[in-house]
Amino acid sequence: MAALLVAAVCVAFSTGAYPVPPGELAGLLAAKLGLGSAAVAPAVETVIWDIRGPRVLTAMLVGAGLAASGAAYQGLFRNPLVSPDILGVSSGAALGAVLGIFASLPVLAIQGMAFAGGLLAVGVVLAVASAIRGRDPVLVLVLGGVVIGALLGSGVALLKYLADPYNQLPAITFWLLGSLSAVNRGDLAALVPPVAVALLPLVLLRWRLDVMTLGDEEATALGVPVRVVRVVVIAAATLMTAAAVSVSGIVGWVGLLVPHLARLMVGPAFVRLLPTAVLLGAAYLLAVDTLARSLGPVELPLGVLTAVIGTPVFLWLLAFGKRGWS
Amino acid sequence: MSARLSVEDLAFGYGGRVVGAGVGFAVAAGEVLCLLGPNGGGKTTLFKTLLGLLPPRGGRVHVDGEDTAGWSPRRRALAFGYVPQAGAGQFPFTVREMVLMGRTAHRGAFSAPAASDHAAAEAALERLGIGHLAERDWLRISGGERQMALIARALAQAPRVLVLDEPTASLDFGNQVRVLEQVRRLADGEGGEGLTVVFSTHHPEQAFAIADRVALLHGGRLARFGTPEAVITAAMMREVYGTEVEVVAVGADGMRVCLPVGLKRRG
Repeated sequence: MAALLVAAVCVAFSTGAYPVPPGELAGLLAAKLGLGSAAVAPAVETVIWDIRGPRVLTAMLVGAGLAASGAAYQGLFRNPLVSPDILGVSSGAALGAVLGIFASLPVLAIQGMAFAGGLLAVGVVLAVASAIRGRDPVLVLVLGGVVIGALLGSGVALLKYLADPYNQLPAITFWLLGSLSAVNRGDLAALVPPVAVALLPLVLLRWRLDVMTLGDEEATALGVPVRVVRVVVIAAATLMTAAAVSVSGIVGWVGLLVPHLARLMVGPAFVRLLPTAVLLGAAYLLAVDTLARSLGPVELPLGVLTAVIGTPVFLWLLAFGKRGWS
Repeated sequence: MSARLSVEDLAFGYGGRVVGAGVGFAVAAGEVLCLLGPNGGGKTTLFKTLLGLLPPRGGRVHVDGEDTAGWSPRRRALAFGYVPQAGAGQFPFTVREMVLMGRTAHRGAFSAPAASDHAAAEAALERLGIGHLAERDWLRISGGERQMALIARALAQAPRVLVLDEPTASLDFGNQVRVLEQVRRLADGEGGEGLTVVFSTHHPEQAFAIADRVALLHGGRLARFGTPEAVITAAMMREVYGTEVEVVAVGADGMRVCLPVGLKRRG
Protein backbone atom coordinates (compact mmCIF):
# COMPACT_ATOMS: atom_id res chain seq x y z
CA MET A 1 0.00 0.00 0.00
CA ALA A 2 2.79 2.40 0.96
CA ALA A 3 4.68 1.36 -2.19
CA LEU A 4 1.60 2.18 -4.25
CA LEU A 5 1.50 5.63 -2.72
CA VAL A 6 5.22 6.23 -3.39
CA ALA A 7 4.73 5.17 -7.01
CA ALA A 8 1.77 7.52 -7.35
CA VAL A 9 3.85 10.35 -5.92
CA CYS A 10 6.72 9.75 -8.37
CA VAL A 11 4.35 9.62 -11.34
CA ALA A 12 2.54 12.74 -10.12
CA PHE A 13 5.77 14.71 -9.85
CA SER A 14 7.01 13.62 -13.24
CA THR A 15 3.96 14.11 -15.41
CA GLY A 16 2.30 17.31 -16.46
CA ALA A 17 2.59 20.20 -18.87
CA TYR A 18 6.29 20.29 -18.07
CA PRO A 19 7.47 16.66 -17.84
CA VAL A 20 10.34 15.98 -15.46
CA PRO A 21 12.18 12.67 -15.90
CA PRO A 22 12.61 10.61 -12.72
CA GLY A 23 16.42 11.02 -12.80
CA GLU A 24 16.12 14.78 -12.61
CA LEU A 25 13.55 14.38 -9.84
CA ALA A 26 15.95 12.27 -7.80
CA GLY A 27 18.70 14.83 -8.42
CA LEU A 28 16.53 17.66 -7.14
CA LEU A 29 15.57 15.69 -4.05
CA ALA A 30 19.22 14.89 -3.34
CA ALA A 31 20.19 18.55 -3.77
CA LYS A 32 17.42 19.70 -1.44
CA LEU A 33 18.51 17.21 1.18
CA GLY A 34 22.05 18.53 0.87
CA LEU A 35 23.42 15.33 -0.66
CA GLY A 36 25.50 16.55 -3.53
CA SER A 37 24.85 19.45 -5.84
CA ALA A 38 23.27 18.03 -8.93
CA ALA A 39 22.79 20.69 -11.57
CA VAL A 40 19.06 21.15 -11.82
CA ALA A 41 17.51 23.77 -14.06
CA PRO A 42 15.80 26.54 -12.02
CA ALA A 43 12.64 26.06 -14.06
CA VAL A 44 12.48 22.43 -12.95
CA GLU A 45 12.98 23.46 -9.36
CA THR A 46 10.11 25.94 -9.59
CA VAL A 47 7.79 23.43 -11.22
CA ILE A 48 8.50 20.73 -8.67
CA TRP A 49 8.93 22.78 -5.55
CA ASP A 50 6.41 25.59 -5.88
CA ILE A 51 3.72 24.25 -8.18
CA ARG A 52 3.60 20.50 -8.23
CA GLY A 53 4.81 19.96 -4.66
CA PRO A 54 1.97 21.73 -2.83
CA ARG A 55 -0.56 20.26 -5.23
CA VAL A 56 0.68 16.70 -4.79
CA LEU A 57 0.78 17.00 -1.01
CA THR A 58 -2.65 18.65 -0.90
CA ALA A 59 -4.15 15.93 -3.09
CA MET A 60 -2.76 13.32 -0.72
CA LEU A 61 -4.03 15.10 2.37
CA VAL A 62 -7.50 15.66 0.93
CA GLY A 63 -7.73 12.03 -0.19
CA ALA A 64 -6.46 10.73 3.14
CA GLY A 65 -8.79 12.99 5.11
CA LEU A 66 -11.88 12.08 3.12
CA ALA A 67 -11.07 8.37 3.31
CA ALA A 68 -10.39 8.47 7.04
CA SER A 69 -13.65 10.27 7.79
CA GLY A 70 -15.51 7.89 5.50
CA ALA A 71 -14.06 4.89 7.33
CA ALA A 72 -15.02 6.37 10.70
CA TYR A 73 -18.55 7.25 9.55
CA GLN A 74 -19.23 3.86 7.99
CA GLY A 75 -18.40 2.22 11.29
CA LEU A 76 -20.24 4.75 13.39
CA PHE A 77 -23.42 4.58 11.31
CA ARG A 78 -23.11 0.82 10.90
CA ASN A 79 -23.52 1.13 7.18
CA PRO A 80 -20.82 0.53 4.60
CA LEU A 81 -22.59 2.77 2.08
CA VAL A 82 -22.26 5.92 4.14
CA SER A 83 -20.02 8.75 2.98
CA PRO A 84 -18.60 11.65 5.02
CA ASP A 85 -21.29 13.91 3.47
CA ILE A 86 -24.10 12.15 5.25
CA LEU A 87 -24.46 14.72 8.01
CA GLY A 88 -24.44 17.61 5.55
CA VAL A 89 -20.84 18.72 5.83
CA SER A 90 -20.38 18.98 2.05
CA SER A 91 -23.70 20.77 1.51
CA GLY A 92 -22.81 23.22 4.27
CA ALA A 93 -19.35 23.82 2.82
CA ALA A 94 -20.86 24.26 -0.64
CA LEU A 95 -23.35 26.85 0.57
CA GLY A 96 -20.60 28.68 2.44
CA ALA A 97 -18.30 28.77 -0.58
CA VAL A 98 -21.07 29.70 -3.00
CA LEU A 99 -22.15 32.49 -0.67
CA GLY A 100 -18.54 33.71 -0.62
CA ILE A 101 -18.30 33.65 -4.42
CA PHE A 102 -21.68 35.36 -4.69
CA ALA A 103 -20.45 38.15 -2.41
CA SER A 104 -17.24 38.39 -4.50
CA LEU A 105 -15.06 37.71 -1.48
CA PRO A 106 -11.34 36.93 -1.81
CA VAL A 107 -10.27 33.29 -2.17
CA LEU A 108 -9.15 32.97 1.42
CA ALA A 109 -12.51 34.19 2.69
CA ILE A 110 -14.34 31.78 0.39
CA GLN A 111 -12.33 28.91 1.84
CA GLY A 112 -13.02 30.13 5.35
CA MET A 113 -16.74 30.30 4.63
CA ALA A 114 -16.74 26.82 3.16
CA PHE A 115 -15.00 25.50 6.26
CA ALA A 116 -17.38 27.32 8.61
CA GLY A 117 -20.39 26.27 6.53
CA GLY A 118 -19.43 22.62 6.79
CA LEU A 119 -18.96 22.77 10.56
CA LEU A 120 -22.15 24.76 11.02
CA ALA A 121 -24.28 22.34 8.98
CA VAL A 122 -23.16 19.35 11.05
CA GLY A 123 -23.56 21.39 14.23
CA VAL A 124 -27.19 22.07 13.31
CA VAL A 125 -27.79 18.39 12.53
CA LEU A 126 -26.28 17.37 15.89
CA ALA A 127 -28.40 19.94 17.72
CA VAL A 128 -31.57 18.75 15.97
CA ALA A 129 -30.72 15.13 16.76
CA SER A 130 -30.09 15.83 20.43
CA ALA A 131 -33.37 17.75 20.65
CA ILE A 132 -35.33 14.78 19.32
CA ARG A 133 -35.24 12.18 22.07
CA GLY A 134 -36.73 8.76 22.46
CA ARG A 135 -35.93 7.57 18.95
CA ASP A 136 -33.01 5.67 17.50
CA PRO A 137 -30.31 8.38 17.69
CA VAL A 138 -28.42 7.11 14.65
CA LEU A 139 -31.54 7.13 12.49
CA VAL A 140 -32.42 10.66 13.66
CA LEU A 141 -28.89 11.83 12.84
CA VAL A 142 -28.91 10.35 9.35
CA LEU A 143 -32.38 11.59 8.45
CA GLY A 144 -31.58 14.98 9.97
CA GLY A 145 -28.44 15.13 7.83
CA VAL A 146 -30.38 14.27 4.69
CA VAL A 147 -33.04 16.90 5.35
CA ILE A 148 -30.63 19.69 6.32
CA GLY A 149 -28.44 18.75 3.34
CA ALA A 150 -31.39 19.09 0.99
CA LEU A 151 -32.26 22.49 2.46
CA LEU A 152 -28.69 23.71 2.02
CA GLY A 153 -28.69 22.33 -1.51
CA SER A 154 -31.71 24.43 -2.36
CA GLY A 155 -29.82 27.44 -0.97
CA VAL A 156 -26.97 26.69 -3.35
CA ALA A 157 -29.44 26.37 -6.22
CA LEU A 158 -30.99 29.73 -5.35
CA LEU A 159 -27.61 31.46 -5.31
CA LYS A 160 -26.67 29.88 -8.66
CA TYR A 161 -29.93 31.21 -10.08
CA LEU A 162 -29.23 34.70 -8.75
CA ALA A 163 -25.50 34.75 -9.56
CA ASP A 164 -23.96 36.78 -12.34
CA PRO A 165 -23.89 34.27 -15.24
CA TYR A 166 -20.61 35.56 -16.75
CA ASN A 167 -18.48 35.91 -13.67
CA GLN A 168 -19.84 34.15 -10.66
CA LEU A 169 -21.73 31.20 -12.12
CA PRO A 170 -18.65 29.62 -13.75
CA ALA A 171 -16.71 30.07 -10.51
CA ILE A 172 -19.51 28.44 -8.54
CA THR A 173 -19.79 25.53 -10.96
CA PHE A 174 -16.03 25.11 -10.94
CA TRP A 175 -15.95 25.00 -7.14
CA LEU A 176 -18.82 22.54 -6.90
CA LEU A 177 -17.04 20.14 -9.25
CA GLY A 178 -13.85 20.19 -7.23
CA SER A 179 -10.35 21.03 -8.34
CA LEU A 180 -6.84 21.34 -7.00
CA SER A 181 -5.55 23.50 -9.86
CA ALA A 182 -5.27 26.68 -7.80
CA VAL A 183 -3.65 25.08 -4.77
CA ASN A 184 -0.63 26.84 -3.27
CA ARG A 185 1.57 26.51 -0.22
CA GLY A 186 -0.84 28.56 1.89
CA ASP A 187 -3.64 26.07 1.24
CA LEU A 188 -1.37 23.24 2.22
CA ALA A 189 -0.37 24.98 5.42
CA ALA A 190 -4.03 25.63 6.25
CA LEU A 191 -4.95 22.01 5.61
CA VAL A 192 -2.31 20.25 7.70
CA PRO A 193 -3.40 21.30 11.23
CA PRO A 194 -7.10 20.35 11.02
CA VAL A 195 -6.38 17.02 9.34
CA ALA A 196 -3.69 16.18 11.90
CA VAL A 197 -5.83 17.28 14.85
CA ALA A 198 -8.82 15.31 13.56
CA LEU A 199 -6.85 12.18 12.79
CA LEU A 200 -5.59 11.93 16.36
CA PRO A 201 -8.88 10.99 18.10
CA LEU A 202 -9.65 8.49 15.34
CA VAL A 203 -6.30 6.81 15.92
CA LEU A 204 -6.73 6.88 19.68
CA LEU A 205 -10.28 5.51 19.59
CA ARG A 206 -9.47 2.82 17.01
CA TRP A 207 -10.50 -0.09 19.28
CA ARG A 208 -13.63 1.63 20.54
CA LEU A 209 -14.73 2.29 16.96
CA ASP A 210 -14.89 -1.46 16.30
CA VAL A 211 -17.27 -1.83 19.23
CA MET A 212 -19.38 1.09 17.98
CA THR A 213 -20.23 -0.91 14.83
CA LEU A 214 -22.29 -3.26 17.02
CA GLY A 215 -24.89 -0.60 17.73
CA ASP A 216 -25.62 1.53 20.75
CA GLU A 217 -26.99 -1.15 23.05
CA GLU A 218 -24.30 -3.75 22.55
CA ALA A 219 -21.56 -1.13 22.67
CA THR A 220 -22.94 0.28 25.94
CA ALA A 221 -23.25 -3.19 27.40
CA LEU A 222 -19.59 -3.76 26.50
CA GLY A 223 -18.66 -0.64 28.46
CA VAL A 224 -18.39 2.10 25.81
CA PRO A 225 -19.85 5.55 26.56
CA VAL A 226 -21.47 5.70 23.12
CA ARG A 227 -22.70 9.28 23.15
CA VAL A 228 -19.29 10.72 23.98
CA VAL A 229 -17.49 8.56 21.42
CA ARG A 230 -20.06 9.39 18.75
CA VAL A 231 -19.77 13.14 19.23
CA VAL A 232 -15.96 13.02 19.27
CA VAL A 233 -15.82 10.95 16.09
CA ILE A 234 -18.38 13.12 14.29
CA ALA A 235 -16.47 16.26 15.30
CA ALA A 236 -13.17 14.80 14.08
CA ALA A 237 -14.56 13.55 10.77
CA THR A 238 -16.40 16.82 10.17
CA LEU A 239 -13.32 18.91 10.87
CA MET A 240 -11.28 16.82 8.45
CA THR A 241 -13.91 16.81 5.69
CA ALA A 242 -14.67 20.51 6.02
CA ALA A 243 -10.97 21.37 5.83
CA ALA A 244 -10.53 19.13 2.79
CA VAL A 245 -13.48 20.38 0.76
CA SER A 246 -12.79 24.02 1.61
CA VAL A 247 -9.49 23.62 -0.29
CA SER A 248 -10.54 21.19 -3.03
CA GLY A 249 -14.22 21.91 -3.54
CA ILE A 250 -16.68 19.03 -3.57
CA VAL A 251 -14.91 15.79 -4.34
CA GLY A 252 -17.37 12.96 -4.06
CA TRP A 253 -16.86 9.20 -3.96
CA VAL A 254 -13.47 9.12 -2.21
CA GLY A 255 -14.99 8.98 1.26
CA LEU A 256 -17.45 6.30 0.19
CA LEU A 257 -15.38 4.10 -2.04
CA VAL A 258 -11.91 4.10 -0.51
CA PRO A 259 -12.89 2.85 2.98
CA HIS A 260 -14.99 0.21 1.26
CA LEU A 261 -12.03 -1.01 -0.77
CA ALA A 262 -9.77 -0.82 2.27
CA ARG A 263 -12.22 -3.02 4.18
CA LEU A 264 -12.18 -5.57 1.37
CA MET A 265 -8.39 -5.63 1.60
CA VAL A 266 -7.73 -5.77 5.35
CA GLY A 267 -11.10 -6.45 6.99
CA PRO A 268 -13.21 -4.21 9.20
CA ALA A 269 -10.94 -3.88 12.27
CA PHE A 270 -10.28 -0.17 12.55
CA VAL A 271 -6.71 -0.64 13.71
CA ARG A 272 -5.86 -1.86 10.19
CA LEU A 273 -8.70 -0.20 8.31
CA LEU A 274 -7.72 3.37 9.21
CA PRO A 275 -4.09 3.32 8.00
CA THR A 276 -5.08 1.39 4.88
CA ALA A 277 -7.87 3.85 4.08
CA VAL A 278 -5.54 6.81 4.67
CA LEU A 279 -2.82 5.47 2.34
CA LEU A 280 -5.30 4.28 -0.28
CA GLY A 281 -7.22 7.57 -0.17
CA ALA A 282 -4.03 9.57 -0.58
CA ALA A 283 -2.87 7.42 -3.50
CA TYR A 284 -6.30 7.40 -5.15
CA LEU A 285 -6.91 11.13 -5.10
CA LEU A 286 -3.33 11.84 -6.16
CA ALA A 287 -3.73 9.48 -9.12
CA VAL A 288 -7.07 11.02 -10.07
CA ASP A 289 -5.65 14.53 -9.80
CA THR A 290 -2.66 13.56 -11.95
CA LEU A 291 -5.11 12.21 -14.53
CA ALA A 292 -7.20 15.37 -14.25
CA ARG A 293 -4.31 17.61 -15.21
CA SER A 294 -2.74 15.39 -17.85
CA LEU A 295 -5.62 13.71 -19.71
CA GLY A 296 -6.73 16.59 -21.88
CA PRO A 297 -5.68 20.04 -23.03
CA VAL A 298 -7.83 21.53 -20.25
CA GLU A 299 -8.03 20.28 -16.71
CA LEU A 300 -10.91 17.98 -15.98
CA PRO A 301 -12.94 18.62 -12.80
CA LEU A 302 -11.93 16.27 -9.99
CA GLY A 303 -15.49 15.53 -8.91
CA VAL A 304 -16.35 14.37 -12.42
CA LEU A 305 -13.35 12.06 -12.64
CA THR A 306 -13.87 10.50 -9.20
CA ALA A 307 -17.49 9.80 -10.16
CA VAL A 308 -16.57 8.36 -13.56
CA ILE A 309 -14.05 6.03 -11.94
CA GLY A 310 -16.07 5.48 -8.79
CA THR A 311 -19.40 4.44 -10.27
CA PRO A 312 -18.25 1.33 -12.15
CA VAL A 313 -16.00 0.25 -9.28
CA PHE A 314 -18.87 0.66 -6.87
CA LEU A 315 -21.30 -1.26 -9.08
CA TRP A 316 -18.73 -4.01 -9.43
CA LEU A 317 -18.40 -4.16 -5.64
CA LEU A 318 -22.16 -4.28 -5.29
CA ALA A 319 -22.42 -7.21 -7.68
CA PHE A 320 -19.30 -9.20 -6.82
CA GLY A 321 -18.06 -7.97 -3.43
CA LYS A 322 -17.23 -11.08 -1.46
CA ARG A 323 -16.95 -9.98 2.14
CA GLY A 324 -20.46 -8.74 1.97
CA TRP A 325 -23.14 -7.22 4.09
CA SER A 326 -25.75 -9.84 3.43
CA MET B 1 -25.79 -17.30 50.79
CA SER B 2 -25.91 -13.58 50.14
CA ALA B 3 -27.43 -12.35 46.92
CA ARG B 4 -25.20 -11.68 43.94
CA LEU B 5 -27.95 -9.84 42.10
CA SER B 6 -30.86 -8.31 43.91
CA VAL B 7 -33.65 -6.24 42.45
CA GLU B 8 -35.95 -4.18 44.66
CA ASP B 9 -39.29 -2.72 43.62
CA LEU B 10 -38.00 -2.06 40.10
CA ALA B 11 -40.16 -0.08 37.68
CA PHE B 12 -39.16 -0.09 34.03
CA GLY B 13 -40.22 1.25 30.66
CA TYR B 14 -39.07 3.10 27.59
CA GLY B 15 -40.02 6.28 25.82
CA GLY B 16 -42.88 7.72 27.81
CA ARG B 17 -44.29 4.32 28.68
CA VAL B 18 -43.95 2.42 31.95
CA VAL B 19 -44.00 -1.28 31.06
CA GLY B 20 -43.74 -2.82 34.48
CA ALA B 21 -43.35 -2.06 38.16
CA GLY B 22 -42.90 -3.59 41.57
CA VAL B 23 -40.48 -6.27 40.41
CA GLY B 24 -38.20 -7.65 43.11
CA PHE B 25 -36.09 -10.80 43.36
CA ALA B 26 -32.66 -11.99 44.44
CA VAL B 27 -30.30 -14.53 42.87
CA ALA B 28 -27.14 -15.96 44.40
CA ALA B 29 -23.83 -16.71 42.70
CA GLY B 30 -23.96 -20.00 40.85
CA GLU B 31 -27.72 -19.82 40.39
CA VAL B 32 -29.65 -19.73 37.17
CA LEU B 33 -32.74 -17.54 37.01
CA CYS B 34 -35.18 -18.17 34.19
CA LEU B 35 -37.49 -15.35 33.20
CA LEU B 36 -40.76 -16.55 31.71
CA GLY B 37 -43.69 -14.57 30.47
CA PRO B 38 -45.92 -13.92 27.47
CA ASN B 39 -44.92 -11.77 24.51
CA GLY B 40 -45.07 -8.11 25.40
CA GLY B 41 -44.82 -8.91 29.10
CA GLY B 42 -41.77 -6.71 29.48
CA LYS B 43 -38.95 -9.30 29.62
CA THR B 44 -36.59 -7.48 27.27
CA THR B 45 -37.36 -4.09 28.84
CA LEU B 46 -36.65 -5.55 32.27
CA PHE B 47 -33.31 -6.90 31.03
CA LYS B 48 -32.31 -3.59 29.50
CA THR B 49 -33.16 -1.83 32.74
CA LEU B 50 -31.12 -4.36 34.74
CA LEU B 51 -28.18 -3.72 32.45
CA GLY B 52 -28.55 0.05 32.64
CA LEU B 53 -29.34 0.36 28.92
CA LEU B 54 -32.63 1.96 29.96
CA PRO B 55 -32.93 4.15 33.05
CA PRO B 56 -35.07 2.57 35.80
CA ARG B 57 -38.41 4.26 36.50
CA GLY B 58 -38.05 3.45 40.15
CA GLY B 59 -36.50 0.93 42.48
CA ARG B 60 -32.98 -0.39 42.73
CA VAL B 61 -30.60 -2.95 41.27
CA HIS B 62 -27.80 -4.23 43.50
CA VAL B 63 -24.79 -6.33 42.56
CA ASP B 64 -23.05 -7.88 45.57
CA GLY B 65 -24.82 -5.36 47.74
CA GLU B 66 -23.70 -2.33 45.72
CA ASP B 67 -26.32 -0.05 44.20
CA THR B 68 -25.74 0.15 40.44
CA ALA B 69 -27.44 3.53 40.06
CA GLY B 70 -25.03 6.04 38.56
CA TRP B 71 -22.52 3.43 37.42
CA SER B 72 -20.59 4.21 34.26
CA PRO B 73 -21.04 1.91 31.25
CA ARG B 74 -17.57 0.58 31.92
CA ARG B 75 -18.30 -0.33 35.52
CA ARG B 76 -21.55 -1.98 34.47
CA ALA B 77 -19.75 -3.98 31.79
CA LEU B 78 -17.39 -5.33 34.45
CA ALA B 79 -20.39 -6.58 36.45
CA PHE B 80 -22.83 -7.66 33.70
CA GLY B 81 -22.18 -9.67 30.57
CA TYR B 82 -24.96 -9.34 28.02
CA VAL B 83 -25.89 -11.75 25.26
CA PRO B 84 -28.36 -9.86 23.08
CA GLN B 85 -31.17 -11.54 21.22
CA ALA B 86 -30.01 -10.72 17.72
CA GLY B 87 -26.27 -10.30 17.81
CA ALA B 88 -25.85 -7.28 15.61
CA GLY B 89 -22.92 -6.85 13.32
CA GLN B 90 -22.87 -5.44 9.83
CA PHE B 91 -19.19 -5.95 9.28
CA PRO B 92 -17.15 -9.07 8.59
CA PHE B 93 -15.12 -9.21 11.80
CA THR B 94 -13.59 -12.55 12.63
CA VAL B 95 -15.09 -14.50 15.53
CA ARG B 96 -11.86 -13.90 17.47
CA GLU B 97 -12.09 -10.13 16.94
CA MET B 98 -15.71 -10.22 18.03
CA VAL B 99 -14.92 -12.13 21.22
CA LEU B 100 -11.99 -9.82 21.92
CA MET B 101 -14.45 -6.91 22.00
CA GLY B 102 -15.72 -8.45 25.22
CA ARG B 103 -12.53 -7.14 26.82
CA THR B 104 -13.38 -3.52 26.05
CA ALA B 105 -14.18 -2.59 29.64
CA HIS B 106 -10.91 -4.08 30.89
CA ARG B 107 -8.65 -1.60 29.15
CA GLY B 108 -8.36 2.14 28.73
CA ALA B 109 -10.29 3.96 26.04
CA PHE B 110 -7.17 4.48 23.91
CA SER B 111 -5.18 1.34 24.57
CA ALA B 112 -4.80 -1.76 22.45
CA PRO B 113 -5.78 -5.14 23.90
CA ALA B 114 -3.00 -6.54 26.07
CA ALA B 115 -1.73 -10.11 26.13
CA SER B 116 -4.07 -10.82 29.04
CA ASP B 117 -7.03 -9.71 26.90
CA HIS B 118 -6.03 -12.00 24.05
CA ALA B 119 -5.58 -14.84 26.55
CA ALA B 120 -9.03 -14.21 28.04
CA ALA B 121 -10.62 -14.24 24.58
CA GLU B 122 -8.85 -17.50 23.68
CA ALA B 123 -9.90 -19.05 26.97
CA ALA B 124 -13.53 -18.05 26.38
CA LEU B 125 -13.45 -19.54 22.88
CA GLU B 126 -12.00 -22.78 24.21
CA ARG B 127 -14.40 -22.99 27.11
CA LEU B 128 -17.35 -22.86 24.73
CA GLY B 129 -15.69 -25.32 22.39
CA ILE B 130 -15.57 -22.95 19.43
CA GLY B 131 -11.81 -22.44 19.15
CA HIS B 132 -11.99 -23.78 15.60
CA LEU B 133 -14.25 -20.86 14.62
CA ALA B 134 -11.76 -18.18 15.69
CA GLU B 135 -10.75 -17.12 12.19
CA ARG B 136 -14.20 -17.44 10.65
CA ASP B 137 -16.12 -14.49 9.28
CA TRP B 138 -18.82 -13.35 11.72
CA LEU B 139 -21.34 -12.91 8.91
CA ARG B 140 -20.76 -16.40 7.56
CA ILE B 141 -21.27 -18.61 10.57
CA SER B 142 -24.55 -20.24 11.55
CA GLY B 143 -27.00 -18.87 14.09
CA GLY B 144 -25.97 -21.48 16.64
CA GLU B 145 -22.27 -20.70 16.19
CA ARG B 146 -22.99 -16.99 16.50
CA GLN B 147 -24.91 -17.56 19.74
CA MET B 148 -21.97 -19.53 21.17
CA ALA B 149 -19.58 -16.76 20.09
CA LEU B 150 -21.76 -14.11 21.75
CA ILE B 151 -21.72 -16.14 24.97
CA ALA B 152 -17.93 -16.43 24.62
CA ARG B 153 -17.74 -12.64 24.23
CA ALA B 154 -19.80 -12.12 27.39
CA LEU B 155 -17.59 -14.65 29.17
CA ALA B 156 -14.39 -12.87 28.05
CA GLN B 157 -15.90 -9.84 29.76
CA ALA B 158 -15.39 -11.76 33.06
CA PRO B 159 -18.70 -10.55 34.50
CA ARG B 160 -20.34 -11.53 37.76
CA VAL B 161 -23.82 -11.70 36.23
CA LEU B 162 -24.55 -13.10 32.77
CA VAL B 163 -27.76 -11.89 31.12
CA LEU B 164 -29.06 -13.75 28.07
CA ASP B 165 -32.09 -12.51 26.16
CA GLU B 166 -33.85 -15.55 24.66
CA PRO B 167 -30.59 -17.34 23.93
CA THR B 168 -32.32 -20.26 22.20
CA ALA B 169 -34.68 -18.30 19.98
CA SER B 170 -34.17 -19.18 16.31
CA LEU B 171 -31.82 -22.07 17.07
CA ASP B 172 -32.41 -25.63 15.95
CA PHE B 173 -33.12 -28.34 18.51
CA GLY B 174 -29.53 -29.53 18.89
CA ASN B 175 -28.15 -26.02 19.29
CA GLN B 176 -30.83 -25.17 21.84
CA VAL B 177 -29.72 -28.09 24.00
CA ARG B 178 -26.03 -27.20 23.58
CA VAL B 179 -26.60 -23.56 24.57
CA LEU B 180 -28.60 -24.60 27.64
CA GLU B 181 -25.91 -27.07 28.70
CA GLN B 182 -23.32 -24.31 28.42
CA VAL B 183 -25.44 -21.90 30.43
CA ARG B 184 -25.82 -24.43 33.24
CA ARG B 185 -22.08 -25.19 33.15
CA LEU B 186 -21.18 -21.51 33.44
CA ALA B 187 -23.37 -21.18 36.51
CA ASP B 188 -21.89 -24.31 38.11
CA GLY B 189 -18.39 -22.96 37.52
CA GLU B 190 -15.41 -25.17 36.82
CA GLY B 191 -13.65 -25.44 40.13
CA GLY B 192 -14.10 -21.74 40.80
CA GLU B 193 -17.15 -19.74 41.70
CA GLY B 194 -19.96 -19.92 39.21
CA LEU B 195 -21.66 -17.06 37.44
CA THR B 196 -25.09 -15.80 38.24
CA VAL B 197 -27.10 -16.37 35.07
CA VAL B 198 -30.36 -14.70 34.12
CA PHE B 199 -32.02 -15.79 30.90
CA SER B 200 -35.39 -15.40 29.28
CA THR B 201 -37.22 -17.98 27.23
CA HIS B 202 -40.63 -19.00 25.91
CA HIS B 203 -40.16 -22.65 26.82
CA PRO B 204 -41.07 -23.64 30.40
CA GLU B 205 -39.25 -26.97 30.07
CA GLN B 206 -35.97 -25.05 29.76
CA ALA B 207 -36.65 -23.69 33.24
CA PHE B 208 -37.25 -27.21 34.54
CA ALA B 209 -34.07 -28.36 32.84
CA ILE B 210 -31.51 -25.83 34.06
CA ALA B 211 -33.01 -23.11 36.29
CA ASP B 212 -32.77 -22.82 40.08
CA ARG B 213 -35.28 -19.99 40.18
CA VAL B 214 -38.09 -18.89 37.89
CA ALA B 215 -39.57 -15.43 37.62
CA LEU B 216 -42.90 -15.31 35.87
CA LEU B 217 -43.52 -11.86 34.42
CA HIS B 218 -47.08 -11.06 33.52
CA GLY B 219 -48.38 -7.64 32.48
CA GLY B 220 -45.29 -5.95 33.88
CA ARG B 221 -45.73 -7.54 37.30
CA LEU B 222 -43.89 -10.41 38.89
CA ALA B 223 -46.69 -12.98 38.98
CA ARG B 224 -44.61 -15.56 40.84
CA PHE B 225 -41.00 -16.12 41.86
CA GLY B 226 -39.54 -19.35 43.19
CA THR B 227 -38.30 -22.79 42.21
CA PRO B 228 -39.45 -24.10 38.82
CA GLU B 229 -41.61 -26.72 40.49
CA ALA B 230 -43.36 -24.10 42.63
CA VAL B 231 -43.85 -21.53 39.89
CA ILE B 232 -44.69 -23.55 36.81
CA THR B 233 -48.01 -25.15 37.66
CA ALA B 234 -51.04 -25.81 35.53
CA ALA B 235 -52.95 -23.10 37.36
CA MET B 236 -50.18 -20.52 36.91
CA MET B 237 -49.74 -21.32 33.21
CA ARG B 238 -53.47 -20.92 32.69
CA GLU B 239 -53.48 -17.59 34.46
CA VAL B 240 -50.47 -16.15 32.64
CA TYR B 241 -50.64 -17.69 29.17
CA GLY B 242 -54.36 -18.37 29.04
CA THR B 243 -53.84 -21.96 27.94
CA GLU B 244 -54.55 -25.33 29.52
CA VAL B 245 -51.46 -27.38 30.25
CA GLU B 246 -50.65 -30.49 32.14
CA VAL B 247 -47.34 -30.55 34.02
CA VAL B 248 -45.99 -34.09 33.84
CA ALA B 249 -42.78 -35.82 34.89
CA VAL B 250 -41.11 -37.84 32.14
CA GLY B 251 -38.01 -39.97 31.68
CA ALA B 252 -35.88 -41.86 34.17
CA ASP B 253 -35.03 -38.85 36.38
CA GLY B 254 -38.52 -37.43 36.20
CA MET B 255 -37.84 -34.12 34.47
CA ARG B 256 -41.00 -32.10 34.21
CA VAL B 257 -42.50 -30.73 31.01
CA CYS B 258 -45.62 -28.78 30.17
CA LEU B 259 -48.01 -30.54 27.83
CA PRO B 260 -50.59 -28.34 26.13
CA VAL B 261 -53.87 -30.14 26.74
CA GLY B 262 -55.58 -28.65 23.70
CA LEU B 263 -53.00 -30.17 21.34
CA LYS B 264 -53.18 -33.68 22.74
CA ARG B 265 -53.75 -36.30 20.14
CA ARG B 266 -57.22 -37.66 20.31
CA GLY B 267 -58.37 -41.22 19.93
